[in-house]
Amino acid sequence: MIERFARLRAAYGAGAPHALVLLLCFTLAGWAVFLVAGEATVWRMVLWFVGAAIAHDLILFPLYAAADRLLRRATGARSALGRAVLNHVRVPALGAALLFLVFLPGILDLGKATYEAATGQPRVSYAARWLAVSGALFVLSAAILAARWPRLRRLDRESSA
Amino acid sequence: MGTNAPEYGAPRTLWRKLAEHPPPGEGAVRRGWRSPVRGVRLTSVLGLVLLGTLPLVIVTGLLDYAAYGPQFRQAFPLDVAWLRLPPFDWPTRPSWLFRLTQGLHVGLGIVLIPVVLAKLWSVIPKLFTWPPARSVAQVLERVSLLLLVGGILFEIATGVLNIQYAYLFGFDFYTAHYFGAWVFIGAFVAHVVIKLPRAVAALRRSLPDPDLAPLRPGPVTLSRRGVLALVGGGSLLLALLTVGQSLDGPLRRTALLLPRGRNPGEGPNGFQVNRSFAAAGIQPALTGPAWRLTLTGGGRTVRFDRAALLAMPQHTARLPIACVEGWSTQQTWTGVRLADLAALAGVPAPASAHVVSLERTGLFRQATLQANQVADRDALLALRVNGADLSADHGYPARIIVPALPGVHCTKWVASIDFRTDD
Repeated sequence: MIERFARLRAAYGAGAPHALVLLLCFTLAGWAVFLVAGEATVWRMVLWFVGAAIAHDLILFPLYAAADRLLRRATGARSALGRAVLNHVRVPALGAALLFLVFLPGILDLGKATYEAATGQPRVSYAARWLAVSGALFVLSAAILAARWPRLRRLDRESSA
Repeated sequence: MGTNAPEYGAPRTLWRKLAEHPPPGEGAVRRGWRSPVRGVRLTSVLGLVLLGTLPLVIVTGLLDYAAYGPQFRQAFPLDVAWLRLPPFDWPTRPSWLFRLTQGLHVGLGIVLIPVVLAKLWSVIPKLFTWPPARSVAQVLERVSLLLLVGGILFEIATGVLNIQYAYLFGFDFYTAHYFGAWVFIGAFVAHVVIKLPRAVAALRRSLPDPDLAPLRPGPVTLSRRGVLALVGGGSLLLALLTVGQSLDGPLRRTALLLPRGRNPGEGPNGFQVNRSFAAAGIQPALTGPAWRLTLTGGGRTVRFDRAALLAMPQHTARLPIACVEGWSTQQTWTGVRLADLAALAGVPAPASAHVVSLERTGLFRQATLQANQVADRDALLALRVNGADLSADHGYPARIIVPALPGVHCTKWVASIDFRTDD
């Protein structure tokens, strides 16, 4: 009996809890899909579901990874100074990108009619605000870098000496 | 129970052949992962942060569904079979309950976006490892990961678009967000059961890390602690720009990039509107002197004009109004207690009350209130707010306000209330 379990386990590639919990996962997913299957827009939902994973893994990730690689090459990560410059650009750039991603509808002025009906307010674009916040992040980061600059120069000189 | 041992499941020849025939460029991709901070420890820390926080987002989301009163078939989506919390009557106390649960659901959901993105960054080499699987178990686990990653990104994308009124997706938000959540919940539970032991072990002692650690680490530009600080900083930035939509006064403006980051005007009625009078498409004449409130129940129908309602005992309560979109505001409402109106209709202790608006088209032109929501001492048919008459946008001539009730069920431009007994 025990031997049979061991053989089953080896054939499947993992233990019984692994199989059970995945069975639960797929049952739940299947049940949810079954319940929306009647919706006319179900394929759109599936498209967005799978599309979200693809958009992240095969578009967003390669984009920001490539941008970071370019930035690393431009700043030279070998010296303390180069690394500091890299991170003082990296951090505000990531902040600005994050805000753009999350608050994209306001920044790009999407959903105007719905917005106005819902809030009773005219739509104003948030592009200028986003630029202002992003600019502030870069300025703040540059100010901190400027304050650190003498110490970083000293570090680099000491390590090259 | 880990599936990381380099052994092959059945059929062995198939998996071995697959492993022995990598696609061109596989080696370059494998060596291309250079970040020295990637590794099972970073992934474990991020994973544990999500394990501690995402359940709160999930539970508050499910509570939100319960708050809409599914027993009256007014929670969307309508037919969820067993995919819901056990039925219970949504309480009216504390009055800020819905403000809290929904504020947390939306706020925490937004704040966790950087953590989710960092977690995905930390494990992305696994997407490209070769062989993609060594057993049936691994194939199934990979499929569940699509549900996990697709699920969380789908929930974030639909949620974030919904609170900004950009319905780019072209399907019903409630249906998609609700069932998408259940797909995610199943995959999340499975992922935790399968991976938690490994995450805990990785944080207790160092583990061999064949999947995530780079073969040729590049120079360190940011420590692991630095990466975690960066992620935390991103969350903090989002928190600072989001929390304002739940605050009153000048601090609301700190939600710079969100639609609820401004006060729509000055004066007693200068707070957030969820559906304007114009959008509701009600003929202005219907809210004028000809307006009557119709009360029914126990076979009796009574009608009151606004002056008669104002002549009744008035009760004032400071109550929040909170939207499913996460924003909220607290105001001082004055009007007639719903319990008093129920008594006037001849049903002193109704099992429920069905409120209908003058509005003809909206999804929320009517709402049913539970017994406790009618009986609460602060449950009102509000006529005034902050000492002034309600504005047209806030529901003049009269609107419902009930402690802890979702905003859209605080029906505006009320035309009639039917007080019902159980039979």
